[in-house]
Amino acid sequence: DGAGRGAGGASSAPGQSRLGAALAPWIPVVGLEIHAQISSNSKLFSGSQVQFAAPPNSLVSFFDASLPGTLPVLNRRCVEAAVMTGLALNCSINKKSLFDRKHYFYADLPAGYQITQQRVPIAVNGSLSYSLCIDNKMSQMVTKTVRIKQIQLEQDSGKSLHDDTRSQTLVDLNRAGVGLMEVVMEPDMCCGEEAAAAVRELQLILQTLGSSQAVMAEGQLRVDANVSVHHPGEPYGVRTEVKNINSIRFLAKAVDYEIQRQIEELENGGTILNETRAFDSKLGCTVPMRDKEGKQDYRFMPEPNLPPLILYDAKSLPANMNHQQVINIDWIHERLPDLPSVKREKLVEQYGILPEHSFTLLNEDGLAEFFESVVKQTQMKPKKVIGWILNDLLSYLKQHSLTVKESPVSSSLLADLLNLLEKKEISSTAAKRVLAELWKGEGKTPLEIVKEQKLELLQDQKELEQICQAVIDGQENEVIMMVLGTFCTVTVGQPDACLSTVASPLGRPKGEISDLFSF
Amino acid sequence: MLRASLRQVSAALKEGRVTPTELCQRCLALIKSTKFLNAYITVAEETALKQAEESEERYKRGQPLGILDGIPIAVKDNFNTAGIETTCASNMLKGYISPYNATVVQKLLDQGAVLLGKTNLDEFAMGSGSTDGVFGPVRNPWSYSKQYKEKSVPKSHSEDEESNWVITGGSSGGSAAAVSSFTCFAALGSDTGGSTRNPAAHCGVVGLKPTYGLISRHGLIPLVNSMDVPGILTRCVDDAAVLLGSLAGHDPKDSTTIQDDFKPFELPNLTDVSKLSIGIPKEYHVPGLSSEILALWSKAAELFKNAGAKVVEVSLPHTRYSIVCYHVLCTAEVASNMARFDGLEYGHRSDMKDSTESMYAATRREGFNDVVRGRILSGNYFLLKQNYEKYFVKAQKVRRLIANDFVKVFRSGVDILLTPTTLSDAAPYTQFIQEDNRTRSAQDDILTQAANMAGLPAINVPTALSERGLPVGLQFIGRSFQEKQLLTVAKWFEKQVQFPVIQLEEVKRHDSGVFQHQKSASFS
Repeated sequence: DGAGRGAGGASSAPGQSRLGAALAPWIPVVGLEIHAQISSNSKLFSGSQVQFAAPPNSLVSFFDASLPGTLPVLNRRCVEAAVMTGLALNCSINKKSLFDRKHYFYADLPAGYQITQQRVPIAVNGSLSYSLCIDNKMSQMVTKTVRIKQIQLEQDSGKSLHDDTRSQTLVDLNRAGVGLMEVVMEPDMCCGEEAAAAVRELQLILQTLGSSQAVMAEGQLRVDANVSVHHPGEPYGVRTEVKNINSIRFLAKAVDYEIQRQIEELENGGTILNETRAFDSKLGCTVPMRDKEGKQDYRFMPEPNLPPLILYDAKSLPANMNHQQVINIDWIHERLPDLPSVKREKLVEQYGILPEHSFTLLNEDGLAEFFESVVKQTQMKPKKVIGWILNDLLSYLKQHSLTVKESPVSSSLLADLLNLLEKKEISSTAAKRVLAELWKGEGKTPLEIVKEQKLELLQDQKELEQICQAVIDGQENEVIMMVLGTFCTVTVGQPDACLSTVASPLGRPKGEISDLFSF
Repeated sequence: MLRASLRQVSAALKEGRVTPTELCQRCLALIKSTKFLNAYITVAEETALKQAEESEERYKRGQPLGILDGIPIAVKDNFNTAGIETTCASNMLKGYISPYNATVVQKLLDQGAVLLGKTNLDEFAMGSGSTDGVFGPVRNPWSYSKQYKEKSVPKSHSEDEESNWVITGGSSGGSAAAVSSFTCFAALGSDTGGSTRNPAAHCGVVGLKPTYGLISRHGLIPLVNSMDVPGILTRCVDDAAVLLGSLAGHDPKDSTTIQDDFKPFELPNLTDVSKLSIGIPKEYHVPGLSSEILALWSKAAELFKNAGAKVVEVSLPHTRYSIVCYHVLCTAEVASNMARFDGLEYGHRSDMKDSTESMYAATRREGFNDVVRGRILSGNYFLLKQNYEKYFVKAQKVRRLIANDFVKVFRSGVDILLTPTTLSDAAPYTQFIQEDNRTRSAQDDILTQAANMAGLPAINVPTALSERGLPVGLQFIGRSFQEKQLLTVAKWFEKQVQFPVIQLEEVKRHDSGVFQHQKSASFS
């Protein structure tokens, strides 16, 4: 915000070419500014702890409260996190970056200014590739790229809590001074889905790097969207900024709503104001923010208490320098973990799974690791394992709003189960029953459940024949007709309908027999 | 005893000729009897006596912490002192008790110094007279000296000394007056555009502004962060070196301090100055420089020349733009630094409750004086988006040119620059307040602020008495981080000029006991 970044921002008069304007399609333009809270034990310029939901004002140093005479001391961890993030987003890292003061009066900004990097940020000119599916079909994915303008280090503000009934404002400074990375994305996106996919990919990258936990619900990732619309061949339209969107789903909604609103406004002969709006998640629309109406002049100036931030690479690293005191970009580069895109490729390559499956695996925190762990512990082919992971495990977790880490079924339990299936000791229908038992988390092993519920497959030909005989004897012709008549389809199709008839008189669950038919 | 230098009194403590408690009590008594000088805002009698007692214990055990142990000192009231009020002479911070010590204060206390109290200043150190604080003006001890009274025949028939007392200069006037009136052995000031050197010159004491980055600013309530330096006020150059040695060095809490270790030094007695090259910058011959000071300056140059030093005229061509440039940079940083005083976290808060904004406005109107508010206003003007390039960026560029001027001159072989510190001797208060703060500051900082712009070390050495019997000092400016060379030359000069000791009539009247003791002391 503020510095005229983001979506175009040209000040073309809307409806410049009235003629034919109504017929020409609108091109939406979306740029994003994302504040990611740096995952760090202490704040950007002070030694105070960083912690979510701590008692109010319990994590406030003298500096955070802006006591006179206190000075900022840059946190090395925050710089490293920003360098990692910059490298992961293909940015060039500035070996010399600067800090600036951005002034405005607000109750939760104790110093009256925020220390940020307005002139020379730590990283510039990067790009982020992200994929999204067309028409909501997982099988049709396209990869797009958004340019990253810059990443800057800056302080977070505190929080103001307005008590309207008592007309009081209470201030909590726990968050004041926490390190943020502001990632500025160029206006290369054109709809809510793209914006959402880009942010999701960024979130995954941050989490992979560990540079931010990027939990949106805890405010660790906050998105401002700059939106404008224009006709082809014309300059960008006047943009609005939708601020503080705190979920990816809302981001998509907010952007799409805003695009639609602007188009309608313009087509009805209205104009778009260069304003700040907020997304009302209950109403599903954007509304103007009243308090930031006036044009702010932030009166930027260099932060005089911090020398330029100098980073080194292998070439420029001075020999006599204490390595504890310098940050070596190359050193960090060499130690970057595999990024989500690389991980996905590896998964596809190594396990022969579909690319869209690799996306799903990475989209859930810990799911890919879970999958790989299961694969390691089972003889079942990864291609088959993925089905169990995505269809059974994932849908169960989603249904119960659990994370992968919270899954009652561990990877080794699932692997045990799949091994029983793979060794044909149980049918897949039985396996699902076992899984259903396992969710209860009672500490039983799959084998124990199988034994308990007598779910083993019949391996003895004689016994089977006897059962069949008994069925035939008991149920007369219709059974025979049915078994004979559906035999072929049972092998390929869904046997449930007839099997239940077959199985129920035997007092045996249908699952046990089903695999016999597919011999 | 109280007139002794820091090193002398330290020796006396060591030899047991005086105890820290005795020394502290005498200083406290003298502070009381010189209260009319208004040098102190807060006298920390209780804690000072306690510190003295602790020091005494250490001496008894034979384990003093070093040369500063038991030495009574004073600190300008813009340094944070834990448990002792820190006001900046402003309504905004009246009653404010900081929870922490400035690094320099902590260093002094860690070395056993006894903190007598906090000295007066212009509000937030914005001024050059120590006349613009909420606790009233500081009076120059020389106003009450025999020297001044004899020479300065009242111009009018009014012999009322009320109209004759002169200002201390500023903004560290309280510290300069405290050292000059013997209520402490050394004091901390701050120096942004000359705030240590200017009052040192007017009060006849040594005032050192070290190189930017040599001493921590952590805990110094800032005026201009990029120029502020803790200043040292002492009776003699040797004492300044002692203080410098105890304060200098890297502070992890101030990222602008140098990383290199600082080795404290003792100053040699220079006998041969023939290898020295003294530069006389012609641009310091400014309009308004009194003929008296000009003559003194020439005489000092002659002194060096006669002693065999090379004395050369040098040019610092961008000096003439310096004060304007200083004004822009100073006010811009002031506007920024003062933004934190909104009444929310600490300090004054107005009763105005209509809205947060109206509370801010009322708080700041009530808390700051006109000078502070004026600087905030102009600073914010310079920082506006449409003005930033025109004023702030340009001023920064000029600042670079000014700094480069010095670099060039030093690179040409000049070791030390010799200039006047002030345009004239101290003005009577009644005369001084005729002009507004901005005009006065522009005049009074003109010879000193360039060293701040360039970050260079500079020192005022008391040189002689003016025709009116008031102190006049000269300024030496050295190379970055070459304090030892600067102080060595200053010490040589100090020895040559033999600046007279102040003869304090008023104080004698008020506290004859102390000075009788002084007379009988084995040194003076």
